[in-house]
Amino acid sequence: MADTPIPLEVRNIKKRFGETDVLKGLSLQARKGDVITFIGASGSGKSTFLRCMNLLEQPDEGDLIVHGEEIRFKQTRRGREPQDNKQVVRMRAKLSMVFQSFNLWSHMTLLENIVEAPIHVLGKSRKEATEHAHSLLERVGLTARANAYPAQMSGGQQQRGAIARALAMDPEVMLFDEPTSALDPELVGDVLKVMRDLANEGRTMVVVTHEMGFARDVSSQVIYLHEGLIEESGSPEQVLVNPVSPRLKQFLTPKY
Amino acid sequence: MLDLHGYGPRLLEGAGVTLQLAVLSLTLALILGLLTASAKLSRHWLPRKVATLYTTVIRGVPDLVLMLLLFFGGQILLNIITDAIYDRFGLDWYINLNAFAAGVITIGFIFGAYMGETFRGAFMAVESGQIEAGKAYGMTPWLVFRRIQFPQMMRHALPGISNNWMVLLKTTALVSVIGLSDMVRIAAEASRATHEPFTFLIPVAIVYLLIASVSEWLFVWLQKRYNVGFGGR
Amino acid sequence: MELTWLTELLADNRIFTLQTLGYYWDGIVTTTQLVFLSLVIGLLMAIPLAIGRSSRHRWISLPIYLYTYVFRGTPLLIQLYIIYYGVVFFDGIQETFLWPILREAFYPALIAFTLNTAAYTTEIFRGAIKATPRGEIEAARAYGMSDALVMRRIILPSAFRRALPAYGNEVIFMLHASAIASVVTLMDITGAARFIYARYYAPFEAFLFAAAIYLCLTFTILYFFRYLEKRLLAHLKP
Repeated sequence: MADTPIPLEVRNIKKRFGETDVLKGLSLQARKGDVITFIGASGSGKSTFLRCMNLLEQPDEGDLIVHGEEIRFKQTRRGREPQDNKQVVRMRAKLSMVFQSFNLWSHMTLLENIVEAPIHVLGKSRKEATEHAHSLLERVGLTARANAYPAQMSGGQQQRGAIARALAMDPEVMLFDEPTSALDPELVGDVLKVMRDLANEGRTMVVVTHEMGFARDVSSQVIYLHEGLIEESGSPEQVLVNPVSPRLKQFLTPKY
Repeated sequence: MLDLHGYGPRLLEGAGVTLQLAVLSLTLALILGLLTASAKLSRHWLPRKVATLYTTVIRGVPDLVLMLLLFFGGQILLNIITDAIYDRFGLDWYINLNAFAAGVITIGFIFGAYMGETFRGAFMAVESGQIEAGKAYGMTPWLVFRRIQFPQMMRHALPGISNNWMVLLKTTALVSVIGLSDMVRIAAEASRATHEPFTFLIPVAIVYLLIASVSEWLFVWLQKRYNVGFGGR
Repeated sequence: MELTWLTELLADNRIFTLQTLGYYWDGIVTTTQLVFLSLVIGLLMAIPLAIGRSSRHRWISLPIYLYTYVFRGTPLLIQLYIIYYGVVFFDGIQETFLWPILREAFYPALIAFTLNTAAYTTEIFRGAIKATPRGEIEAARAYGMSDALVMRRIILPSAFRRALPAYGNEVIFMLHASAIASVVTLMDITGAARFIYARYYAPFEAFLFAAAIYLCLTFTILYFFRYLEKRLLAHLKP
């Protein structure tokens, strides 16, 4: 397997907002089939880190290598920016993101949401994209809702739809930004089930989550972030069952 | 330089007419607006129907047509009434509906309908708990209205009032058509006489922008006052 | 012929003859042409202007803001006068081949109305563009859409729908504002009414009839936009 490029590698990412250092030099390597889970308190920088991976936030420092291709940056008046927007577009098409607030496009039906990027970014034919979309809708259990608008669906349905939209890109890596945090507790299960299936079939995933059960069951690596630094990292057993750091121990203690 | 071929002083007078007209019409519109809003929120069907008819017709017909109707028709209506009084009682009255009064009445009448919608929405936005709390402390209905409902309503109504005022200000230009010597009419006359339209019309446009800018600033200040206790911004 | 019943009906009154009704009809045609053309051209202008107005670059957004500020902040009548007299009193224009067209007052009025509605529509669209949920734009970027594609596929289609109710008001506003075309001698609906008023000295008949026509047109526009909203804003209703 040494020949196939690593899907996603980031090195020494730093990011500051105004006076605060949010990310103080973070690295990560997602090999094919890895499920990397980030845990940590809110404000630890885990979402920002994830958003730096597909350049929704511009990292101030650090390298980004997607499928063996390094993203080139240039220094401008506004700060560090990608040199080549075409490269960014190409790279983003390989990393599908699932958002906390779903972000389905509200003026399109679910089906239109799913075929939009495959047609207009990947250049697929409408027929091919639609067929693929229907099979994905079946996978996430939303066949009946293909022609519904996002506002007509429950949060759980929207998020499963958003996952189908992400899958439609045939991504190298899927990025999940707290995908269940905006959902009512009774709707979380359906979404997690879809995510577990994806992990079990060997998808490469980077997940920011508060769901410890999910992290324990499917992760190949769990990373605990604290104030922009990796405090502890390793297998789920190491990190979640036998934590070393006192902070992590406290973080994992159930709060009654 | 500011002499403007001798039209300078007259233009200044015209600006005065515009401002007076605007402020008086606004006053009338605010009063009519409050009346309309209370009619629309009334428990009885008749005031509700009348108010709805009023706002629908006003918002469906151009301001200029209403103005022409009231200015030309109003005089005839007045003449009919004064003639009847003369025939019946021998009193020889003649009321001349001048352009200024017609302007104030028409513009006030038109914007009363818009203000009515603004006030209605604003009254409905006041939480009923606020009013109940007033009643619970033994306030009379008038006191509740004056001390609680009205100030809270104004917070919601101010953006709408500000908006209506800006439109009203521009609508005053229409009175030049019925012969009132506001700044637009004088500028148009001067343009025709001198064949130099830009010399007169552009300064007048700037005066409108100035009045609008000053009033915008004023409304922001008012909004701040009425927003006390709401989000602190 | 078919019109005999109308002729009989009209025989009873002095003002509403076939001739005056003809004036009103011509007025409706003029008003409709003027309003429709200015709205269509104004709309086409407003789309690129609104995109420019939403731009991060100040040297693009600021001049557009200035344009909308001036045209929204001054009476349409002033704008009409400036353009009408500006054209009519332009030195030497009377000798050119353009004169027969420009003397008509239709074109100066069309220019004034177009610039006016374009300014208002630009601001309506800008508001709608600004109101696009941030997350939807982010999602589009995250899926590898270029800025132009995001604008074309995500921001504009959803902004158009959001702008629909406000744009409906703008259409009605333009219909009503067009009444001032009569001030520069155009025989629109109001122009016809003023002519008939002057001829018969019958203000109630002349202007009430015009008011009724405007009311009908207003309601037609209103119902058209309600229908459009129902069709195009279905996605916002749960």
